[in-house]
Amino acid sequence: MKRYDLIIVGAGPSGLSAAIEAAKRGLEVVVFDENEKPGGQLFKQIHKFFGSKEHKAKIRGFKISEDLLKEADAAGVKVVLNATVCGMYQDKEITVRINDEMHHYKGDTIIIATGASENMVTFPGWTLPGVIGAGAAQTMMNLHGVKPGSKILMLGSGNVGLVVSFQLIQCGCEVVALVDAAPRVGGYGVHAAKVARTGVPFYLSHTIVKAEGEDHVTGVTIAEVDSSFKFIPGTEKHFDVDTICLAVGLSPMSQLLKMAGCKMEDNPKRGGQVPICDEYGRTSIPGVFVAGDVSGIEEASSAMIEGRMAGIAAAEYLGYIEKEELDSKLEELDAALDGLRQGMFAPKNRGQMIEKTDEGIDISTNLLKKGYVADDEIERFPGVTRAKGIHPVIECTQNIPCNPCQDSCPKKCIKIGANITALPAIDPEATCVGCGMCVASCSGQAIFLVDETYEEGYASITMPYEFLPLPEVGDKGIALGRSGQKVCEAEVVNVRTSPAFDKTHLLTMKVPVEFVMKARFFKKEV
Amino acid sequence: MEARIEEHPILGKQEKGKKVTFTFDGQELHGYEGEPIAAALKAEGVMIHRYTQKEHKPRGIFCAIGRCTDCVMIVNGKPNVRTCVTPLEDGMKVQTQYGVSEKHFDEQS
Amino acid sequence: MNSVNDRSRDIGEFVPAPDDDMLICRCEEITKGEIRRAVHDGMWTMTEIRRYLRTGMGLCQGQTCARLVKGIVAKELGISPAELEPATSRAPMRPTEMRILAKEAQD
Repeated sequence: MKRYDLIIVGAGPSGLSAAIEAAKRGLEVVVFDENEKPGGQLFKQIHKFFGSKEHKAKIRGFKISEDLLKEADAAGVKVVLNATVCGMYQDKEITVRINDEMHHYKGDTIIIATGASENMVTFPGWTLPGVIGAGAAQTMMNLHGVKPGSKILMLGSGNVGLVVSFQLIQCGCEVVALVDAAPRVGGYGVHAAKVARTGVPFYLSHTIVKAEGEDHVTGVTIAEVDSSFKFIPGTEKHFDVDTICLAVGLSPMSQLLKMAGCKMEDNPKRGGQVPICDEYGRTSIPGVFVAGDVSGIEEASSAMIEGRMAGIAAAEYLGYIEKEELDSKLEELDAALDGLRQGMFAPKNRGQMIEKTDEGIDISTNLLKKGYVADDEIERFPGVTRAKGIHPVIECTQNIPCNPCQDSCPKKCIKIGANITALPAIDPEATCVGCGMCVASCSGQAIFLVDETYEEGYASITMPYEFLPLPEVGDKGIALGRSGQKVCEAEVVNVRTSPAFDKTHLLTMKVPVEFVMKARFFKKEV
Repeated sequence: MEARIEEHPILGKQEKGKKVTFTFDGQELHGYEGEPIAAALKAEGVMIHRYTQKEHKPRGIFCAIGRCTDCVMIVNGKPNVRTCVTPLEDGMKVQTQYGVSEKHFDEQS
Repeated sequence: MNSVNDRSRDIGEFVPAPDDDMLICRCEEITKGEIRRAVHDGMWTMTEIRRYLRTGMGLCQGQTCARLVKGIVAKELGISPAELEPATSRAPMRPTEMRILAKEAQD
């Protein structure tokens, strides 16, 4: 039986991060992952990440994953794929299925970084082919290059439901509706807004009555629910769809820890059955650590930091580093993690109704109910200003930990300050040159360049555009408002593409000047 | 509907393995070597992977990452193969699974 | 003794509900009604339910239904799901053929 200093289960963001830190400190590390490819769910994340530079903000998930793999490789980490850890027993012994054989390994330390599994909801017809998890949709389209369906209804308005809806549109599927039983959008407003402006209707306080079809999904009926989640008769709506996508939350995949005898608890704030552990991932069994979603549902950016913490803690446990190094390193990582855990969506605010931003501005109620900020609400946010000539309009209306826009502007037009959850504001003294770096850098696709003096009677609006086919200069079509409804005629006057924009194209359309604060998306006439 | 994404706005043109032929209930279909059997079936428009033992209800892809086991089929004569995590090979014989058998329920004794 | 283990507690009669035929355990094809009835038959823990009905004993090992079953049992007992001990976790976590389980690698 082979023995390792450290065995890590799961080669996702937290597992790889843990492996890197431990291997750099001299531990012999092996990472087992049941999947064919490493990187966990990061490889399916094609959007730009939030956060600040230290959290790899504005880098797309799959790229972060590639970088992590390179770093792990350089640190000498051994990653074994198609290796299913089947059991975990006393004295840190595990059994692993590799090909058609069972292997036994013993670790002087073990880090469990198995992540999470998707929650599901039941409704008549939920077992029909065509009802899939949001993770399945992501896997099919972003990993295997196959569309999950052609007409799709999404259930769930958390970040997963919103992000996957956008990705479905990106790969050419039609999202007919985004539905959630909750009365308010659960995920980031900016994620909702970028879906809504393409024309996807949001149905909050609605859920699925039934999936229709004999041997696969051919339609779905939804209805409104009251405050106790009971259907309100007469509110049924039908959609012809071939696919229903479920994004209703995640549960920690903590079975191995329970099997090994770790003290567990059912903690709704952390998403379900989790090991009792301290902030650095030490469980009740000395030498067994946890990191990432398995110890509480968050997201990939915090999972990477937790992984690094657990890797360093394991190194100290085995005596590879002194306590002083552990303490100073953990302090640094703590600060990084703390930065991510701020704002309206911080774990500590889960389930709370927040009505005002930190700046004291009323949150857009339309954003929470319909997925977009209403025209009469938008101008109260500090990033939305009117000025002569070209200037950015930043439709960032919630306190989320993210600040790449501030650094992206070469002219220092955008101010967030030291507190990364503050709403971006425009510095009236600085002069915008229209470079578009802010538009491309905004992970929430919430920044537009606006020029009200573009032409006599016409304004130009530059927006981030990540769809195919890419419109061309001269294309005529319609401008959609934040709601996804037509507001006016529009013509494409510029399309910019640059390696610095990282696949986000900058599309400029001209619209009659009176629609300058309303038009936010371009749809080509067909 | 063309189920394969020819070009993706972020991921570009996705690299695929060699084009191979496999059979689904005797019918010749095509896919790419190394992609999950389930992805090849989906691209060819196959939605039903099996019928359940008790209620004889159809099932297909549900989680696509090997957890839920709903997409199991009979592959090269072996039942309960998770098609979403089993790579496609040239000449593979893929069959709808009825209960745990390749035989339709009427033919099972 | 907490209410979860106090078997003398009266949880009332089984009352049929319109969604009793809703399938919950996709692998073993167990319905909500069967799970609710099992509670009234005296199966108050996740482990008992699992042994009695086979929910979570199929190919996926409860990956999909564990949380759903827990919610149904808790509701029937009038407690919070967090108060219910989850069923025992056992190897091999993923469907594994016996011939593989029995084949020990020599390393």
